[in-house]
Amino acid sequence: MKNQMRKNYSVIVVGGGPAGLAAALGARQAGAERILIIDREVETGGILNQCIHSGFGLHYFKEELTGPEYAERFNQQVRSDKITILTDSYVLNITPDLKIEVISKKHGYLNLRAKAVVLAMGCRERTRGAIRTPGFRPSGVMTAGLAQKMVNMKGVLPGQRVAILGSGDIGMIMARRLILEGCQVVGVFELHPFSSGLTRNKVQCLDDFDIPLHLSTTVAFIHGRKRVERLTLAPVTTDYKPDLKQSWDIQCDTLLFSIGLIPENELSARLRIKMDPATGGPQVSSTMETSLPGVFACGNVLHVHDIVDFVSEESHRAGRYAAELALGMRRPGDNITLYPGENIASCTPHSLSSDREQTIYLRVKQPVKDATLKIGNRYEQKFRTLVPSEMVKLSLPPKVLNHFFGEQLRIEVSSEEGAQ
Amino acid sequence: MYDVIIVGGGIIGCALARELSRYNVRLALLEKEVEVGFGTSKTNSGIIHAGHHSPPGTLKGQFEWSGNQLWGDLAKELKFGFKHIGELLIAQKREDLQYLENLKKQGDSRGVTGLEMWGPKRIQKEEPNLSHTILKALHAPTAAVINPYEACFGLIECAKQNGLELFCDHPVQSIKRERDNFSIATPRGSFRARIILNAAGLFADHVAAMVGAKTFSISPRKGEEYLLDRRLQGIVTHLIFPTPTATSKGVLIIPTVDGPTMVGPTAEDIDDREDLSTSYSGAADVFAAVRKTCPAISERDTITEFAGLRAVSESNDFIIKRSPVKNFYNIAGIQSPGLTAAPVIATYVINMLRDNDLSLVKKQTWKADIDGPPRFAAMSPKDRKAAIHKDSAFGQIVCRCELVTEAEVLYAIKHGARTLDGVKFRVRAGMGRCQGGFCTTRLMDLLAQADEIPLSEITKRGKGSEICIQRHDIIPKKDDR
Repeated sequence: MKNQMRKNYSVIVVGGGPAGLAAALGARQAGAERILIIDREVETGGILNQCIHSGFGLHYFKEELTGPEYAERFNQQVRSDKITILTDSYVLNITPDLKIEVISKKHGYLNLRAKAVVLAMGCRERTRGAIRTPGFRPSGVMTAGLAQKMVNMKGVLPGQRVAILGSGDIGMIMARRLILEGCQVVGVFELHPFSSGLTRNKVQCLDDFDIPLHLSTTVAFIHGRKRVERLTLAPVTTDYKPDLKQSWDIQCDTLLFSIGLIPENELSARLRIKMDPATGGPQVSSTMETSLPGVFACGNVLHVHDIVDFVSEESHRAGRYAAELALGMRRPGDNITLYPGENIASCTPHSLSSDREQTIYLRVKQPVKDATLKIGNRYEQKFRTLVPSEMVKLSLPPKVLNHFFGEQLRIEVSSEEGAQ
Repeated sequence: MYDVIIVGGGIIGCALARELSRYNVRLALLEKEVEVGFGTSKTNSGIIHAGHHSPPGTLKGQFEWSGNQLWGDLAKELKFGFKHIGELLIAQKREDLQYLENLKKQGDSRGVTGLEMWGPKRIQKEEPNLSHTILKALHAPTAAVINPYEACFGLIECAKQNGLELFCDHPVQSIKRERDNFSIATPRGSFRARIILNAAGLFADHVAAMVGAKTFSISPRKGEEYLLDRRLQGIVTHLIFPTPTATSKGVLIIPTVDGPTMVGPTAEDIDDREDLSTSYSGAADVFAAVRKTCPAISERDTITEFAGLRAVSESNDFIIKRSPVKNFYNIAGIQSPGLTAAPVIATYVINMLRDNDLSLVKKQTWKADIDGPPRFAAMSPKDRKAAIHKDSAFGQIVCRCELVTEAEVLYAIKHGARTLDGVKFRVRAGMGRCQGGFCTTRLMDLLAQADEIPLSEITKRGKGSEICIQRHDIIPKKDDR
């Protein structure tokens, strides 16, 4: 086992999905020389590699690409930028002084050092256990993402008659995918009174294929001792409790869960980085730096995005700032604290600097029509509809921000009437 | 022709197998599931009871303390996790205090060491996350935790290396008496034996009935357990027992040997011996009970839940005796503290056999310990380096949540894992917070390569639980467009 790896880097990016790739490119553009991407899979691209449907790149490249195509654009740039990639490798630990322990089959045990680290580990899917769906534990129960990997990467199918709990984007995309493979999709069941995914996915993946979406419904029992045989479904009351008196059964052999994503912050937690309970990700400054100096975060490890284009934009920025720090540059400290108010589920970053344009991503808690988004008492923007499943991107220029120097800035959404 | 056939590969069957493998007898074990420990044992809470719980005058009471003292050495020999974390039995009501006093006396008189009554100050110091309404707690430092399935795997591996013949996926269909011997039919061939040890757990009465040796009946008592995220690891450091009720030890807080905290079980008498379903009411009961003892634990922290069935006999005690049929022995009704008692039950049964004309001669070559599976997650950085240097498969993480390497999975497959659950319960791959979301396809690849089978033949836990189908398996719908 030859160990030809260099030990010291300016920027080490943990994760080679869309966030990590963009961060590395950002770091290169800002002038960092020794950049390393570490990825646990055999090739970079992350979950994009199994997303063979189209719809990626509309914002970032102004054209429609498949997941692998979108990833390849970044892979090519990373290659031509001569950024080092370590695939099939796993980061065991990061220390607060930015020593990184890595293991891989090819290189064995590595101890690396970085001047700046970008966390880009992505997210994982919530599972059955998270919502404690009652019933048996047969095979045929899995997350939608695992089913996607089976179908698109392994060439096998999770089953023949499929039900999907949760209308997350992956679930809806898998509904269509499985129909195209010849499976039957008996329905998509959503706990909330609104879809949890993008409207375009509901239209293109469910409506166009006559797949019923049952809102305010949940799986109340999984039947089948070896393999899923049947589900008991029940409408839920306004406090999301199943109304078992009105339940009904449906035959199927597979149940996919698409009930949300959780940022994968195991490394961040061990670093004792300050976290935001609303996003499940680290708290970051306007330079995407976490509470631990030199450690940056971007993409789904920071907060779960709906579209990869925003991940790329955000991560490119994080990479740039990481490179600046590695090169010894320091931006002025942030002078505005941002916090969520009325009907805001979360907003990122957590503080702003009034010296340059700032990008804010936020999500509402409840769907609203004719909404007014207010930032402090100076800035207002109108939206026809805002829904929790579609993240809002805002750009604020210095001339707005200057009014809030030193303040705790509150973002809120108000509306004449609720959407539901 | 075997001298002894054990029916059932749960913790009792496995302990019997290892104990008997010391002697010069031709020995086989028939298990209906695809792997040992896949019945009741897999869902056991994993507690080695402190020794003071079971009442005197019962087999339970006789075996609990003596069994307790054997597990430390067993764990060392068979290389499974074992932690002496101790237990706190808490009283939250005045009327419960007498129970604690009585239990202490019962334990002291039996010789259980270290029993101590703690007041609120000591409790708050040792377990600051417990409810502040606890009046007193009985501390029993002898209580420990293990993984019951790991114990099964270790026991059976040791027995195998000492000559046991193991037949998994061999459900017993009928047993016939043929002169002095038994003929046991399974779907995959029949077996002849002089002596049968019936350790068939939930089905022990059915197996006994096959030869007219049914002197008891078994009814299942369900328990639901909820495993919590590693985030809550360390919220309590002792096993926490409430003051028990008439039917059950109550809902416990269990710091498992691997770290994550588990809460449960419920206790519900049911009829169906295969009903391993969990329920809304089970979850509600467990978390309502746990909140009373430890308010910081919430159902939101659940990563998975499961149910197990205790094999309860009408006497409520273990049934360990010769049956009316010569050379047919029942070891049945082994509910709590059955896991704790298992190694003593095994020696007790062997003494019974010896008293009943089985000549038992010790082997000269019996090997007590096994090499045991490697555990990357538990290695020091230095050992990890050395392991990767020796075998690069240690450099390949398969399960990221529980830090399991390819080398460990391959070891598990080499030592008998045939299914996803078999791998999962041996090496923890798929047991963590993502519940197999990321590692399932990798594990399937490794199983498929090892057995040279297509992915569609890989099962969760035996035939009928296949994970996926091939594209050509799809039966087209008649009215398809």
